Amino acid sequence: MTLIDLANPTRFLALTARLLPWLAAATVILLTIGLYQSALAPDDYQQGATVKIMFIHVPNAWLSMFVWGVMSIASLGTLVWRHPLADVAAKAAAPIGAAFTFLALLTGSLWGRPMWGTYWEWDARLTSVLILFLMYLGLMALWRAVDDPSRAARAAAVLTLVGAINLPIIKFSVDWWNTLHQPASVMRMGGSTLDKSFLIPLLVMAIAFTLLFVTLHLAAMRNEILRRRVRSLQMMQASRVAFSSELGAGSREENASKEAGAA
Amino acid sequence: MMALGPYASFIVTSYVAAALVVVILIGWVVLDYRNQTQRLRELDRSGVTRRSGRSATDRS
Repeated sequence: MTLIDLANPTRFLALTARLLPWLAAATVILLTIGLYQSALAPDDYQQGATVKIMFIHVPNAWLSMFVWGVMSIASLGTLVWRHPLADVAAKAAAPIGAAFTFLALLTGSLWGRPMWGTYWEWDARLTSVLILFLMYLGLMALWRAVDDPSRAARAAAVLTLVGAINLPIIKFSVDWWNTLHQPASVMRMGGSTLDKSFLIPLLVMAIAFTLLFVTLHLAAMRNEILRRRVRSLQMMQASRVAFSSELGAGSREENASKEAGAA
Repeated sequence: MMALGPYASFIVTSYVAAALVVVILIGWVVLDYRNQTQRLRELDRSGVTRRSGRSATDRS
């Protein structure tokens, strides 16, 4: 099945119905393994047991950027290729991305208090992720503010692509500026600096959260397609009611003029 | 029993918050699906059909 085949929402609904149970099961299994490995991971020599917060903070931080990346590709799909499901994908991803970004900020803050001595610092990494969170909220507000989905889609797509400028700023903020946040330790030139006892549970949790995103995203896209189907059927129903009442009014006027003519 | 040291409350709060947010996301998706299918059933009962002639609740 190609991307073009998926342009048909009905085919997409059939595909998600087949895929969702498998994806949900894989997510549950991987999350269970990841949580078990995180619980068994040793304490860090500097952070102690607070290193366990990293196993949920880092996957959520990665996903906060990954989801915006997915939305940016979907936005290109809306503006350039006019793929019928592109704006559905972008709209459905936004609340999930906002939730992951919120979790990245919250867990980072809960890690920062014991390690840095503060919940919050206005440094480049933290501030740029906060801006990303606010952009997610702005995008969700924009979708709700415009009634017509196709008009909202174009405006949201432009905003998403402009917001994508923030992604490299978040990623390289720890290199470009002198920040309190530590530099990259997993995805870096020269390989990861993490010991396997931390790296393996971290990667398992990252894959589990990514699967969770894919599962929730497909389910939210299915819901959005159904919502649009409801909307178009309601409009069809409303136009039928208006047409039949116009027809009724027309025949009443005709009868009245006939009666007047006869009189 | 896992020893979480002096910062156990920060670790537990992080995991509980993550679990809560994930549960809210799953709940949102499930409730939204139920809501949309319910509305489609109501439209189907009122006799509205899709342009293809299929019923509102038909997924094919």
